[in-house]
Amino acid sequence: MKFRAKINDVGCLNHFTRVVNTITKLTKTCVVRLTVDNIFFVLSGKVANGGVSMWCELLQVNFFDEYQLEGVSEDANEICLEVNPENLSRALKTAQNAKSVKIKLTKKHYPCLTLAAELPSLSSISRVVTHDIPVDVIPRRLWHDFKEPSMPDFDVSIYLPPLKTMKSVVDRMKNLSNYLVVEANLSGEMNLKIETDLVSVTTHFKDLGNPPWGASQSQSQSRDVEAMAHARVDIRKLQQFLMGQQVNPTKSMCNIVDKRIIHLILLQEDVSLQYFIPAVA
Amino acid sequence: MDCVATGGNVKVLAKAIHSLSRIGEELYLEPTEDGLTLRAVNSSRSAFACFLMTPLFFQRYQAPPDQALRCKMPIKSVQTVFRSLSSLERSVEKCRIEMNTEQSRLRITLHCKHGLLKTHNLSFQDCESLQAVFDKDSCTNMLRAQPRLWVDTVLHFPPSLEEVSVSVSSDRVWLRNHVEDDADSSKAMMTELCLSSEEFDHFAIGSQTSITFCLKELRGLLVFAETAGLPISMYFDEPGSPVVLSVSDSVLEANFVLATLSEDAHQRNHNNNKADGPRAGLPPDDFMCDDIDSYLIAMETSDLAGPSYEPQPQSSSTNHKSRLLSEEEDEEEESVERPPNKKFCSLFFGSVLPASSQLTNQTVQSQEVLASDSEDERQSD
Repeated sequence: MKFRAKINDVGCLNHFTRVVNTITKLTKTCVVRLTVDNIFFVLSGKVANGGVSMWCELLQVNFFDEYQLEGVSEDANEICLEVNPENLSRALKTAQNAKSVKIKLTKKHYPCLTLAAELPSLSSISRVVTHDIPVDVIPRRLWHDFKEPSMPDFDVSIYLPPLKTMKSVVDRMKNLSNYLVVEANLSGEMNLKIETDLVSVTTHFKDLGNPPWGASQSQSQSRDVEAMAHARVDIRKLQQFLMGQQVNPTKSMCNIVDKRIIHLILLQEDVSLQYFIPAVA
Repeated sequence: MDCVATGGNVKVLAKAIHSLSRIGEELYLEPTEDGLTLRAVNSSRSAFACFLMTPLFFQRYQAPPDQALRCKMPIKSVQTVFRSLSSLERSVEKCRIEMNTEQSRLRITLHCKHGLLKTHNLSFQDCESLQAVFDKDSCTNMLRAQPRLWVDTVLHFPPSLEEVSVSVSSDRVWLRNHVEDDADSSKAMMTELCLSSEEFDHFAIGSQTSITFCLKELRGLLVFAETAGLPISMYFDEPGSPVVLSVSDSVLEANFVLATLSEDAHQRNHNNNKADGPRAGLPPDDFMCDDIDSYLIAMETSDLAGPSYEPQPQSSSTNHKSRLLSEEEDEEEESVERPPNKKFCSLFFGSVLPASSQLTNQTVQSQEVLASDSEDERQSD
């Protein structure tokens, strides 16, 4: 098992840092899956983390100038590590103006992702800072937990309003209730609402547009365009998602499986982030 | 005592107070012919800080005729006077400090713009002199660098980190976070920063060594040095003997004396962390000349046992210089907050005697009286 990657470009470094920061806001630990072409940050929906799951996919070639990987075996040419993204984020933060950053898998007293940054200095010799981030290597028999989640057979898919707007709405609603109902239909309308004994608040969004998913989603094709699909979710999970995101997506959308789950997708040229929040009764 | 500081020096004074507040709970004030000294010591007496503002620092400086005037007060109350640095800078024109011994009041008057006067009367207690004895000139190692370098260095370590290890070789300095043996070190991120000697204004290493001390006080001094724009000098010997951080210019001097972990503790740490210690034998810069295979590792996913890291059992505090107090100090023991039961308790105060036979490899020097701190609380009651 070998892994080594290097970033020379400060733009790529900042971009990678933003992705990691976003992940950090979403979860305390996650699994980093390294393959020849991609890096994945994965959180599988365990009860312990409230059933939330996450799947973030990066195209390595868009971030790294050098990238060498030798997986567990030839037929499974990949590496799965459990890592605390906060550590990674902190290490990257101290490497912000680095001339180059190397990330490699090392074995110290325990397996580590070692991040070494070459920093500008006052002299001709660079400063070098290295961070040994402890990781757990995930044995192959557990890999099945960290496969890409399949797209749920959703009832409604809709583009999200600007995330900042959504965030300010959700932030305010959080003061009133612990649960929020997300509902949307196929004519570009989405509502965020809370209902408590004392107050009901709904924010309506219009003309958001519905992404064309093709004929594969037959269920949504035959659906009444005005009918709302809805899911009641833990407002903190949604807030966490809106608060942490730093990737400035070119597209953001939400799929709703009625009363089951909401599936949030952020798309950028070379990054995609999917976040699943289960509905509660 | 009656002294007046003006302009930028008010801010310097304020920063000095803020720095001292990171060390201890009480401010020890002693006006002498040589200037006004401000001192603080932490509760475990493993850190001591002293600022000397010479008479030239002040626009007017009048030492008390009675030389024995020494007092202490809660540093929080003094900090309150200088709380907002930005408003100090904007509006305060001068600051007058007077001591009224009859009323046991220290009066600090801030003369602000538009003729506004802010007067603070602080009560104080008489006390004996507080002074750590150290001789930084006899230290074998000395590093001096601009505050910027120290700030940039400290930035790489998390704010929660308590202790940092500094290792030196003839041309390099390594800093790394020190993780206690009993901490869950398998979960801690280890950070190491390597600096070239060229980055230092002055780099004199007599012996390759590695010392571990608290980062908090260094951060405290940085608060001061950065505003004052003064380089920080670091004087140190072997592990276990204090490190002195010092800044000075023509009108003021500050010395921070900090305990370092003693040798045996260090040794254990070295054994546990192979990466530790000055690595003179290694290629000068392994980051630059790395060849992929030298770094990559072979790990079996199925068998993760490997040579696992097991922290050695925590040895008793006798491995370290124990907290030893002079007799006078013992008298006030009841009134002093017990120091945290931490292994990090090298001392500069009181007569330091070897606590047990385990301290055999300590220098004779440590048996001398390093300092006398003979305050008498009863007097002030």
